[in-house]
Amino acid sequence: MSGELHPGPIAQAPVPAGVTRREAMIQLLRLGGAGVVASGAGLWLSRHSVRPVAARPDQARRDHRVAADPRLPHMSVAQEGEPADLVRRAVEGIGGMSRFVSRQDVVVIKPNIAWDRTPEQAANTNPELVAEVVRQCWQAGAKRVVVTDVSCNEPRRCFQRSGIQAAALAAGAEVILPDPELFREVELGGVVLKTWPVFTPFLEADKVINLPIAKHHSLLGVTIGMKNWYGILGGQRNRLHQQINQSLVDLANFMLPTVTILDGYRILLRNGPTGGSLEDVATKKTVVASTDPVALDAWVAKSWWNLDPEHLPYLGMAADRGLGTVAYEAVPLAIAGQ
Amino acid sequence: MARSRLPLLRRISQVFFLALFLGLLFFTSLRPSESASSDIHLRAPVRLFFEWDPLVAVVNALAGHALYRGLLWSLLILVQTMFFGRFFCGWICPMGTLQQWIGSWHSESKRGKQRIDSNRYRRWQTGKYVLLIAGLVAALTGSAAIGWFDPFSLLVRSFGLALLPAFNFAMRALVMPLEQSQVGWVKMTGGLLHTAMKNTVLDFRQPHFAQGLFLGVLFVLVLVAGLRVTRIWCRAICPLGALLGAVSRWSILGLHKDPASCDKCNRCLMHCQGGDDPIGGVPWRKSECLMCMNCVGACPHSSLEFKFFRNEKEVASPDIGRRRTITGLAAGAAVVPLMRANTGLGKSRNERLLRPPGSLDEPDFLSRCIRCGECMKVCPNTALHPTLTEAGLEGLWSPTLIPRIGYCEPSCVLCSEVCPTGAIWQITPKEKGWVVGVGQPGQTAQPVRLGTAFYDRGRCLPWALATECIVCEEWCPVSPKAIYVQEAQVIDSTGNVKTLKQPRVDPSRCVGCGACEYACPLQEHPAVYVTSIGESRSPSAQILLSRK
Repeated sequence: MSGELHPGPIAQAPVPAGVTRREAMIQLLRLGGAGVVASGAGLWLSRHSVRPVAARPDQARRDHRVAADPRLPHMSVAQEGEPADLVRRAVEGIGGMSRFVSRQDVVVIKPNIAWDRTPEQAANTNPELVAEVVRQCWQAGAKRVVVTDVSCNEPRRCFQRSGIQAAALAAGAEVILPDPELFREVELGGVVLKTWPVFTPFLEADKVINLPIAKHHSLLGVTIGMKNWYGILGGQRNRLHQQINQSLVDLANFMLPTVTILDGYRILLRNGPTGGSLEDVATKKTVVASTDPVALDAWVAKSWWNLDPEHLPYLGMAADRGLGTVAYEAVPLAIAGQ
Repeated sequence: MARSRLPLLRRISQVFFLALFLGLLFFTSLRPSESASSDIHLRAPVRLFFEWDPLVAVVNALAGHALYRGLLWSLLILVQTMFFGRFFCGWICPMGTLQQWIGSWHSESKRGKQRIDSNRYRRWQTGKYVLLIAGLVAALTGSAAIGWFDPFSLLVRSFGLALLPAFNFAMRALVMPLEQSQVGWVKMTGGLLHTAMKNTVLDFRQPHFAQGLFLGVLFVLVLVAGLRVTRIWCRAICPLGALLGAVSRWSILGLHKDPASCDKCNRCLMHCQGGDDPIGGVPWRKSECLMCMNCVGACPHSSLEFKFFRNEKEVASPDIGRRRTITGLAAGAAVVPLMRANTGLGKSRNERLLRPPGSLDEPDFLSRCIRCGECMKVCPNTALHPTLTEAGLEGLWSPTLIPRIGYCEPSCVLCSEVCPTGAIWQITPKEKGWVVGVGQPGQTAQPVRLGTAFYDRGRCLPWALATECIVCEEWCPVSPKAIYVQEAQVIDSTGNVKTLKQPRVDPSRCVGCGACEYACPLQEHPAVYVTSIGESRSPSAQILLSRK
């Protein structure tokens, strides 16, 4: 196999030696093998081409309610005192925390931590109140106590400046900031709210405690307990206001809390829900605990804003949906500590 | 004689300061904190490198006739350089370190002879002096645009607005698929890794910046150029290096060459960083030398040594020459008048140019802003972005608020805390005045205003589309709210009369934070938007005759 057998076009240039038959065969086999593998892989992949679909949304409705106890009232109001004391009395009035939290429960507490505001400005739930609820959950034997919310303003600032992060941590709770990666698509099954991203800690709870604060709100008139569920959602929440009453009912029908404990220590009378000025704040020194979210909203709206249920259409709609009762007078009401 | 240990010491120093720089940059952001304090401050002296930067100080002094806050510290570097030469460039500057590191990759075009050749002094190294002169003259006439070329501005801009956000994205993209794996142990490892990274290196939310790609590519180009010519940035462009080079002429420390033992082996040239002719037979160029000590370490005959008070022939000053000096002076003198004769600043300012809270009036702002991007990096809402043309050519890469991406958080003043030059003058949340509310007791001064919000009634849901909304009013952070609503009756497409609330702006209360624009459901083109009219920093841009 020398160059002389295959003279090239240029005489001076040495013609490179060709390959042996053996080498040629090996090369062909290699190429053939690679070709077969590539074609096989291609065929297999092409048969698996399907239009991408989003992961199937979670469908379970979250019903965290505990069994009703006919001997106990559905709602109790504690007045005059400091936040921790008020919580203790209000919860005691409807049976105490041990009625709601069982041993080994994962409890998620949902205060309002929506705004970059300090406690005195009453735009977020009172931190001392949050801390006391955490302590009571531990006393009742909870396995994990989580405090979280999906803020409107910058979450790191909201969690710090509301004082809730520090208070909850000091009481031993786990504080979870609304990490954009921790949302899961959920079928809410509502009339207007179909599929929405929900913050996962709320989906992985055994018990959920709603811890709202009562504030003025231009669109509704007032924002109390049920509107706090806006804060479990991600996505484009700013669309919810277009049908705010139906949205509220849809959400309340998806997330049924174990208990609602309303912060009425300070309430925001004007320029809600953000406030800002101390002149907008009234000190009520009241905490309301209720197993009936509709009755709680109705009572607060009437007692503090003099708003009848007709002014808050969502109350009647929620009652029709079987989520509670508007006629709060009919609910045995225990006023503690007067 | 044993090889000098100085290059090793230098390397340790360089690694330390590069790590310090990146560490401080990492802490130039709001980290979740367990503190109960309602005052939020950064936990690290993140402006440190800018306060060490004599170029920033000189520009600040020329333009503002004063030195802002910590800029006095830069005297330490300046005086140190006068005595001992450009140690800062060789031992401290993180941009120099990156350049040196890239330059140490032996590429094809930088072997042996070519490498030695490329390390000889070249006349184009005087480019940086021309740039410096132009920059200083421009500063004197009212523009801190030389900050485009400041090495720390370059680094913060490139890392903070481009490379770190890209790193953040890449890390998530790598770990997220692991976490979603069907295989148990892969999922668990991914989960642990993700949690660990979230608690350390990852940002709370993925940041996105205008021009991120452009800034990133520019930086990579500068680094790649360093592959062909060692430290091309430091040798040819860096105006800080030029300033330090110019003052190093009086330095009492210099390179002593022993002509007797030198056999012209070129090893010193092979490793030279500054292009300052350490080789025997030619005079050493003081202004170019970065004091990296590589030549001392490389010399096999110990012919080179740094000595105090030596008496040897050297080129002490940059050989810039009269022509180039005049070029620099002329360029610097021409640049500001040319740019200001344009419409941008004098007439018809861009209505969407919203400066951060605390910013000085535009001419003062431009005379101080060095385009470092610290304010953009620190903004917890990534609301601040580098401008392209919004502030005119002169204002390139200065900050502007883009409310659609992020609004200005009512009680936050972090941008004013990190600004090294006082372009954004440091203010307290109380001085910002959005927290206590407008016209509250104890609040005598007017709040800082970034602009004023306006409604596009052709797009707004309650105004144009017969749909309830007023999310903007809900978000408005001042009290009493600057957005007020009025009930109105509208007719929908089926002919039904609907009563709903329509929003309006009270310009005497609006602070221009952009929360309304951010929260508007019509995201891609919000129905409420903020323009700069009414911004408190410009006496000439007011709407109202008097405020409530």
